[in-house]
Amino acid sequence: MTTPTLSSVAVGDLLPEVAVTFTRADLVRYAGASGDFNIIHWNERTALAVGLPGVIAHGMLTMGQAINVVTRWCADPTAVVDYQVRFTRPVVVPDNDEGVVVTFGGKVSAINEDGTIKVDISAVFEDKTVLARSSALVRVSA
Amino acid sequence: MALDPSNIGREFISDQTYLVGREKVREFARAVGESSPLCHDVAAARAAGYADVVASTTFPIAITLEIVGDFVTDPAVGLDWSRVVHGDQRFAYSRPIVAGDELQVTTVIEDIKAIAGNDMITVRSDLTASNGEQVAQVWTSLVARGEAA
Repeated sequence: MTTPTLSSVAVGDLLPEVAVTFTRADLVRYAGASGDFNIIHWNERTALAVGLPGVIAHGMLTMGQAINVVTRWCADPTAVVDYQVRFTRPVVVPDNDEGVVVTFGGKVSAINEDGTIKVDISAVFEDKTVLARSSALVRVSA
Repeated sequence: MALDPSNIGREFISDQTYLVGREKVREFARAVGESSPLCHDVAAARAAGYADVVASTTFPIAITLEIVGDFVTDPAVGLDWSRVVHGDQRFAYSRPIVAGDELQVTTVIEDIKAIAGNDMITVRSDLTASNGEQVAQVWTSLVARGEAA
């Protein structure tokens, strides 16, 4: 796949999907890397006690994985100049070896006059979307 | 208890700067599945014109989350952390963050409102390089579920 340029991209273009498996080990790894040690991301007892269906992934882990759809497409993490999401549903991660799969996608939704490309990002877990109003602005070469 | 909207505009300037470390950049990139050589390989980053490895897109949350948490749960603001869920998150970059950057963090409460009995607070953190250059802005919106909910 060639790197996208401003002239090669069109509104409606779909970015290659990325399916990511989340296990408890991934949550622990993210907790350590980010410094977010909120108990609901690793302790089932606490998660259930506060009314969650179980241990849930950090929203920020989902957000961090979702943008890889864009950075792989343009082969450059520095191309992303703006990125925002709304968290709508938790990703429940069971205590097993298989984990759960979240599927991320992207679609070019605008090409702006300032030369940035807007990409709408989707994140689907168990057939339901977990991120809303999720989009990135990307600066690619002309 | 509802948050007091008079806290809008309240500012907190961290007394310590954040030094972006090469291994933290690599560790964070691994944790979020960012495999770009720019985030891991110093030679690749230098070949692309950067002084060192480049932080992945959501890395600034590792800088700001604890600062924001401490700020909004301070009794002066009074958010109940045990009822908080993450609502919205946004990052805007003036330039990439590079290992070796020493960043000043200035945090301000942009908005407080009550929606359907829930408190919603939006906080913006500005990350500034030691020469005063703006590097990135980070918006975090937190929702505290109402007592009755």
